[in-house]
Amino acid sequence: MKILVCIKQVPDMESRFKPGAGGTWYDESDLAWRMNEYDEYAVEQAVQLREQLGESAELTVLSIGPDRVGEAIKKALAMGCDRGVHVQDDAPATRDPWQIAGIIAAYAKDQGYDLIFTGMQSQDRGSAQVGVTVAEDLGYACATTLVGFAFADGTVTAKRELEGGIKGVVKLATPALVTCQLGLNVPRYPTLPNIMKAKKKEIQAIPVAELLKEEPLAATVSFHPPARKGGGIVLEGEVGALADQLVGILKEKTAILR
Amino acid sequence: MKTLLIGEYREGKLLDSTYELLGFAGQLGAETAMLLVGSDSQLPACGGTLYLADASQCGEYNPDLHKQLILDAVQKENPDYVVFLHSSYGWDLAPRVAAKLRVAQVSEVIGLAEGGFEVGCCNAKMRRTVKPATPKAVITIQAGAFAPQQPGGNPSVQKVTASVMSNVTFTGYEPAEAKDVDLTRAEVIVTAGRGVGKKENVPVIAALAKALGGELGASRPVVDAGWVEHSHQVGTTGQTVSPKLYIACGVSGAIQHLAGMKKSDFIVAINKDKDAPIGEVADVLVVADVLQFVPALTAKL
Repeated sequence: MKILVCIKQVPDMESRFKPGAGGTWYDESDLAWRMNEYDEYAVEQAVQLREQLGESAELTVLSIGPDRVGEAIKKALAMGCDRGVHVQDDAPATRDPWQIAGIIAAYAKDQGYDLIFTGMQSQDRGSAQVGVTVAEDLGYACATTLVGFAFADGTVTAKRELEGGIKGVVKLATPALVTCQLGLNVPRYPTLPNIMKAKKKEIQAIPVAELLKEEPLAATVSFHPPARKGGGIVLEGEVGALADQLVGILKEKTAILR
Repeated sequence: MKTLLIGEYREGKLLDSTYELLGFAGQLGAETAMLLVGSDSQLPACGGTLYLADASQCGEYNPDLHKQLILDAVQKENPDYVVFLHSSYGWDLAPRVAAKLRVAQVSEVIGLAEGGFEVGCCNAKMRRTVKPATPKAVITIQAGAFAPQQPGGNPSVQKVTASVMSNVTFTGYEPAEAKDVDLTRAEVIVTAGRGVGKKENVPVIAALAKALGGELGASRPVVDAGWVEHSHQVGTTGQTVSPKLYIACGVSGAIQHLAGMKKSDFIVAINKDKDAPIGEVADVLVVADVLQFVPALTAKL
């Protein structure tokens, strides 16, 4: 059984974002990068399935981007993926979700993957399109927003998270693609021995030009901070003084403290 | 300009969020037609054409078949925009429709902007303006971003159906976990967010809740990590609350969390990140480390 998990490397979301040159995406300098949080759940679920199936399974991790994404691929290898694919692209932020999905589908179409895992969305772009579009491109069964996953006899049983905490249970025959929601599992931390082992695993490099066949369908025309609505008071300073200030405000503005 | 709106229906009920689609079309000044996989006993209160498929035959969740129903309606209506809610139904279905039509999708639109649509990015800290490069486009709108419009009247119903081999089989709903804490009745809620750092620090937040006579709330990451039980979760997939005082401790303010608490009477956010989106709804934003500030505050009460 062949399994693919697709991951994106994104900035730490506590970073300060400012528009880069061109004004259509963030300035990438001085950012700390990490694996997209949703994708950590996708990798963990793929690794758990790999462990369930044993030696009959092979698990590949794929990421698109410049050299820095090698770190995210290495983390996934240390978590338990067998091999990596690095689609080398120095300008991934200029691709729209349609193109990113097209790149992944172009890579995957002749590989015969039975199951593909992705995060349900990226933390930075947040389009929630790429996974589903890959499934459409490949003609795979697809379910999104998984908070439960089981695999037996060629069938995936998935729990989709719906509004209000209700779950929808669906069954998918392989080949299938699922997109993973936060809380699906508990992503593992790579152990030191596994980090060392991962260094020996193969990472195949593919120039993006070999896979990119699609023109973008949408364009980002501006990247900017939200308009501040104002009204809120911002308190900064020494903790003890801040606490006194806040108690004063709560006494004045709410009926809770008197 | 013309829109095809995709209504929402679950567990035998037309969902109120359907009227947010009409609110969006209203802001665009667009004509509307609607497609709903629902029931003729639960029609939306609006005029215009309604393509109605019977959910008891077509299923409430059957993406391949619903996609075909939408593609059929697009053929008849030739809309400029096909519009979904950005919901578990919409974000699942919209990319399938966009891919088949080979048109742009703009996800989780929060407003109209000059030259395109305004969407959030970077965990809602930043914004993008996105412009479709195709003549038609698929749009999903953020829940709560467009005020619902209920124009009244009766739609002109055209019953539709489709027959499609589906490779996804829906087998049923699983109810939400029982809530042993009813946050909706609490006057004060003090919520622990990811910024509390680890499970061992949760009592610091619980102590403030207790000192204020309130309940402990939790954001999604804190529940996912197993630090606090799900029954305390505030947000779209937890409880929607509106206490007299809401104190968010180390909560960044994901949209799903904001949707669950922004109607609180008075909101205090404690966060070391001055740009965290929770600041957008807070009456007071205290820029500080939660683990230093919260005990200091509790001690003054």
